[in-house]
Amino acid sequence: MKYVDEFRRGDVARGLAARIAEAVQPGRRYRLMEFCGGHTHAIARYGLTGLLPAAVKLIHGPGCPVCVLPIGRIDSAIELALQHGAIVCTYGDCLRVPASNKLSLYKARALGGDVRMVYSTADALQIARDNPARQVVFFAIGFETTTPPTALALKAARAEGLANFSVFCNHVLTPPAMQHLLAAGDAVQLDGFIGPSHVSTVIGSAPYQAVADAYAKPVVIAGFEPLDVLQSVLMLIARINRSEAGVATQFTRAVTPDGNATARAVVAETLVLRPTFEWRGLGQVPQSALAIHPDYADFDAERRFALPYRHVPDHRACECAAILRGQKQPQDCKVFGIVCTPDNPLGSCMVSSEGACAAHYHYGRFAAPQEQPA
Amino acid sequence: MSHTTRKLDFTHGRIDMTHGSGGRAMAQLVDELFAPAFRNDYLEQGNDQAILPPPGGRLAMATDSHVISPLFFPGGDIGSLAVHGTVNDLAMGGATPLYLSAGFILEEGLPLAELQRIVHSMAAAARDAGVRIVTGDTKVVERGHGDGVYINTTGIGVVADGVQLCGSQAKPGDAILVSGSLGEHGMAVMSQRENLGFASPIVSDSAALHTLAAALMAASPGLRLMRDPTRGGLATTLNEIARQSGVGMQLQEDAIPLQPAVRAACEFLGLDPLYVANEGKLVAICPAHEADAALAALRAHPLGRHAANIGQVVADAHHFVRVRTPFGGERLLDWLAGEMLPRIC
Repeated sequence: MKYVDEFRRGDVARGLAARIAEAVQPGRRYRLMEFCGGHTHAIARYGLTGLLPAAVKLIHGPGCPVCVLPIGRIDSAIELALQHGAIVCTYGDCLRVPASNKLSLYKARALGGDVRMVYSTADALQIARDNPARQVVFFAIGFETTTPPTALALKAARAEGLANFSVFCNHVLTPPAMQHLLAAGDAVQLDGFIGPSHVSTVIGSAPYQAVADAYAKPVVIAGFEPLDVLQSVLMLIARINRSEAGVATQFTRAVTPDGNATARAVVAETLVLRPTFEWRGLGQVPQSALAIHPDYADFDAERRFALPYRHVPDHRACECAAILRGQKQPQDCKVFGIVCTPDNPLGSCMVSSEGACAAHYHYGRFAAPQEQPA
Repeated sequence: MSHTTRKLDFTHGRIDMTHGSGGRAMAQLVDELFAPAFRNDYLEQGNDQAILPPPGGRLAMATDSHVISPLFFPGGDIGSLAVHGTVNDLAMGGATPLYLSAGFILEEGLPLAELQRIVHSMAAAARDAGVRIVTGDTKVVERGHGDGVYINTTGIGVVADGVQLCGSQAKPGDAILVSGSLGEHGMAVMSQRENLGFASPIVSDSAALHTLAAALMAASPGLRLMRDPTRGGLATTLNEIARQSGVGMQLQEDAIPLQPAVRAACEFLGLDPLYVANEGKLVAICPAHEADAALAALRAHPLGRHAANIGQVVADAHHFVRVRTPFGGERLLDWLAGEMLPRIC
């Protein structure tokens, strides 16, 4: 595959690994948080940890969209399907996220809920056009990457007068989450961030500047391919060695300082900042999520169905909260791989292959000899 | 049957509830479609059962129900798939497939033209594979209660003396072979789903594997086992074998044959091709010293031209299937959890 295989070359990786080993200064530790689930996936899938010196520690961040979605929000989506009889459309990853009462959107389907997996908001719009007598709700989740398609769907629905369509908006924002992690006193000490990839193609690299400056940390915006991650690690180590904070971009082939102006404009027109939003693992984070703009209130599922929000605590044994904050690793969790597996996930980090626990379970657990045989 | 009824309208007609009622309409469907398409001596006995001659060896029996959407896809349809699926289940045990039964569950409203196309394709697949469809059944369910057509086929084959293949026989040091590039069936079907609709040159690999299997058995007398990696793909099949044999596996990722179009489509959709279904490939495990001969035999067959030696069986109490990536790292090729779902971003 052209333009993909080039970023997965083993010989280049070994060269980068050697340069990383040279750059590491004796007696120094480099605790780097990869923010995005896409990075977590690439690190696990390509076994990158094995290529890094012991002094470099990669810490999984909260950037897995389904992992940070609080249970109460999934409960609401299930309520839309089961109590309101709506057709609930969402991205595939959402279907298996465990919710209250041992339900998930998948299991709601078995109970008669009409839940459909879509690849894009255009599919959800088409389902609404095809089912004019039914309410069709797009259960919108994800970081800034997935907000422009939601914004375009809102615009299209209003332009067409698609009265049976609405959006249950759960979009969250990355810079406030980074800020929140650094501000929390109990968070693990971080020396730098492997910054968001696809998110930054939309918002650009500039929005991280304030966080990087305020906490004097380097942020390197990195692509999702394994060589991208390794090169970013090298860039971060050089910056940490020089005590140089600020934002740099490794993923220059797709990210500019200002991002995609068209996408940002359409998002600004249709979505507005929420004063606060609950993140699974992080709790309430101010100004960290988007709601539907008052101009598009007719297409807001939360208003249309008067959805109440109810906070639901995580399972007591589940360490997702600490894992999402970078304080613990999947193998530190007592239920990891025993009660909580990808087939029966207790916590959200075990659901998506971008989740730290699922990534470790699928790709890395052979490296942890203390586990039970499968 | 009745000479007073008009012939079935295979251009505009549709299945209705009477076609499953056991009455005249059902008999007409059998007479005008199934019987002529599947014609053979045993079917023409016309009884509730086919009475078959003793096959002269141990019997192998397998059953498979086929539910697929869409019914037609590049490289095949539910009819040919229903033959290949069961023939391959027999062939993987080293059996020569002989007979099939065919049970149809039809949905009210199914166009007769589609049913005819499926039945003809099924008949052609059976003819090509040298198996006879000797007994059958038809039921009709109300509209909305089926997906057009479901087909169950049960097959009977005969296993030659001395052939003893079993999923528990993989031993450390054995070679792991695949008969060709992977993931084509699953991606061909996915490319036809209406909400994806990406254009691709990917064609299903659906094929009957018993002659390929026979060639392999002849070349590798010590052959331990064969499996066809259908649902769940190569990853699932290897995990099943690892568990059954109480061993681990070590694969070389760059040795696993994949078509560029399959890799690209999987990349695009966030899927792993090693979990994608195949319908015309086999995985074989043989002693290391027979690997070259086995591979040569596979490659000499039209269905095995891209066969490859992808790794070896190792001792591992965890029964892990590990893959060494061309990148230099190692990853676990785990069981598929739940349904294969694409990632968000």
